[in-house]
Amino acid sequence: MTGQKTVSVSAYGTAEGSLSALLLLADGRFPTGGHAHSGGFEPAAGVDGLNDVASLEAFLRGRLGTVGLVSAAFSAASCRIFGAEVVPVGDPDSDGSTAAQLALLDAEYEARTPSPVLRTASRRLGRSLLRAGRCVWPHPGLDRMVSLPGKGPHQPIAFGAVAAAAGQPPRHAALAAAHEAVAGPATAAIRLLGLDPFEVNAALARLAPAVADVAGQAAACAHAPPADLPANAGYLLDIFAELHATWEVRLFAS
Amino acid sequence: MEDSREGATTLRATPEHIHVDEEEPLSRHAHPRRGLRIGIGGPVGSGKTALVAALCRTLSSELELAVVTNDIYTTEDADFLLRNGVLPAERVTAVETGACPHTAIRDDISTNLEAIEELEDKLPPLDLILVESGGDNLTATFSRGLVHYQIFVIDVAGGDKVPRKGGPGVSTSDLLVINKTDLASRVGADLSVMNRDARAKRGDLPVLFTSLTEDPTARTVADWVRGRLAEHRD
Amino acid sequence: MRAHAAVAAERVYTAEGMARTRLVRLRSQAPLSLHPNLQALPLRLRHWLRDPRSGMSVSLAAGAAGPLGGDRLRLDIDVAEGATLMLSAVAATVLLPGPHAEESRSIVNIRVAAGAALLWFPGMQIAAEGCRHSTVTRVELAPDARLHMREGLILGRHGERPGEFRQRLRITQGDVPLYDQELAVGAGTPGWEGSAVTGGRRALGAVITVDHDEDRMTSFGTAVSPAFPDTAVLRVSERCAVITSVAPDALALRQRLDAALWQTDNCARTAQDERKETAVAAPVG
Ligand SMILES: Nc1nc2c(ncn2[C@@H]2O[C@H](COP(=O)(O)OP(=O)(O)O)[C@@H](O)[C@H]2O)c(=O)[nH]1
Ligand SMILES: [Mg+2]
Repeated sequence: MTGQKTVSVSAYGTAEGSLSALLLLADGRFPTGGHAHSGGFEPAAGVDGLNDVASLEAFLRGRLGTVGLVSAAFSAASCRIFGAEVVPVGDPDSDGSTAAQLALLDAEYEARTPSPVLRTASRRLGRSLLRAGRCVWPHPGLDRMVSLPGKGPHQPIAFGAVAAAAGQPPRHAALAAAHEAVAGPATAAIRLLGLDPFEVNAALARLAPAVADVAGQAAACAHAPPADLPANAGYLLDIFAELHATWEVRLFAS
Repeated sequence: MEDSREGATTLRATPEHIHVDEEEPLSRHAHPRRGLRIGIGGPVGSGKTALVAALCRTLSSELELAVVTNDIYTTEDADFLLRNGVLPAERVTAVETGACPHTAIRDDISTNLEAIEELEDKLPPLDLILVESGGDNLTATFSRGLVHYQIFVIDVAGGDKVPRKGGPGVSTSDLLVINKTDLASRVGADLSVMNRDARAKRGDLPVLFTSLTEDPTARTVADWVRGRLAEHRD
Repeated sequence: MRAHAAVAAERVYTAEGMARTRLVRLRSQAPLSLHPNLQALPLRLRHWLRDPRSGMSVSLAAGAAGPLGGDRLRLDIDVAEGATLMLSAVAATVLLPGPHAEESRSIVNIRVAAGAALLWFPGMQIAAEGCRHSTVTRVELAPDARLHMREGLILGRHGERPGEFRQRLRITQGDVPLYDQELAVGAGTPGWEGSAVTGGRRALGAVITVDHDEDRMTSFGTAVSPAFPDTAVLRVSERCAVITSVAPDALALRQRLDAALWQTDNCARTAQDERKETAVAAPVG
């Protein structure tokens, strides 16, 4: 498994070292601009009775099973592809094949993100992730991703690459991405609705098996052809995201 | 993508053609060769936006200038700047801060760095970028990763005890501006007490008293900015 | 039941050198049956044809009761270079449970070649209580092929909760994936009724247009009027736009999609064209 090789050559060579890096990456305080995004919660809040912990939990389950699964699967695939170039010696990716594979993955993710507003947000977050990742886990492959023409990679592509640079196997990238898919909006819900933070975290704890399940499904497709990766859509998330972008007063960027 | 509200360029509203070229990598983490970045913080209503507007009025004829605002509510400050015509819309970006402007200027500066880099990419080489904080938190200071210098703005209407009570903004900012001196007599604030307390807290760091209603050019602050620019260019 | 239906169209020229579309294959197998008809293109897409008679229209009937559990239905649609085909379902499809709770599957393979155009109106799918169904539609477009399609899904008949339903629509153009979305609802899909996916609404639909006509595509820049909630125009790419809506019922869905289409139309009077066709002779063969 690629991940094993990655771990053994990384600076985070021990299992504990790897886990510690994973915790850092999955921490909502990891500075990648995520705090300004509500994962679609801000426009959905207050609509259809989404105003308590129970409805938040349903929202999070739906988000997890759709964009959460897609994001986790693409993170795992990107981590697998990028991880293959984390080799002990020499300049990796001399033939550019990693870049080409990541570009393909990026195009597939784009096709699964029909909302232009969410595409822009995802690329912004991707750039921010690369910025943080290059500083925290320097790697020539990350530098190369930054110098590619275009608006920067989509968030999950960047996330998988940074996770690989941090010595993580694809299944960890998937787990962290699935976790973030619910933890981010949950934090936004605490801020927006003033929900009891203990109750919200209890909901997150109840979601843990579902998060693990989604992460497992996602990791299982790390080697799948990009076209076959999950494409589950959050229909209202897309519609609300477009609406939200036209609001006069917004607290969150998305 | 269309600009909403008087053309305030919000982060959302500028997804088009974020140019990234081959030589210049995306991340220029507070790169010293780029424009000087000055953060403007301080409590709500102390006159931060008024100071930004004053600096724009005074400096925009001599410098390439842009502004990033971190509002509590999206684009209020940016809208004020645009309404008052101190800068054209493409030079003002409002970032959303997820209800936490202090996080966006200190703990996670990504969104602000993105906004600055987008301004740098689309405008001629910038000399000065002003970053206004939403002022939601008296203890909020700017990260050194985001700005080169920071100005902390308080006002006499907040009471003459503010400098004595201190806080990181009052004691460590590169410039402390005590604004609204025109109101001192009306609110019974003693400027000499404020001056003494501020100097005690700040050692050699400068303090300026302003009344932006009496001097809408903020001459003294603009001079301080010119001094920092000269240093930055060396 | 297994059924395989297919339609293939190509462009031919009349003795006078006029372009016409001819059906080269029309395969029906119960319950799927295909019949040529004389419907005209919706007005808004008339610019696709210099001569309105150069297109071909075919209707699809899927039998009185739609796929039952265990059914395997396949439909191949092939539009060769320069041809224009409109394929419309005559009625909604009700997806029903089979006797042994088996899954029913529909596969639709669409290929549209260079300079060709397809209008695809598969009709509403109604996911009845207890159904277990999946629909996979793959659309491969040549770089300058055009597509206009409208799909809709109703979650359960009146007063019913839907069974397990899954559908994936993947559109590629050349080598580029344009649009790839999967919807899953029902007991096996956690959170599908939450505010991230359907928010308890019972009808979902989309109108998808892939066109290289710039004027046509710029008209998709408009936002949908707030009078028609939960509806958005997504400008997916330079050549692809999707109008998507989630509504309480089929009627509201139709109204919202129509309204959004109407708004995006340069041609003011076309909101109801797709439903009210005025017949224009389209010679067969
Ligand atoms: N009297 C007086 N009012 C001022 C002065 N500077 C700003 N203000 C007013 O104080 C209010 C708050 O200013 P603003 O710049 O929006 O504060 P911010 O929240 O710190 O950005 C506005 O009504 C300004 O016109 C001043 O020097 N004197
Ligand atoms: Mg202000």
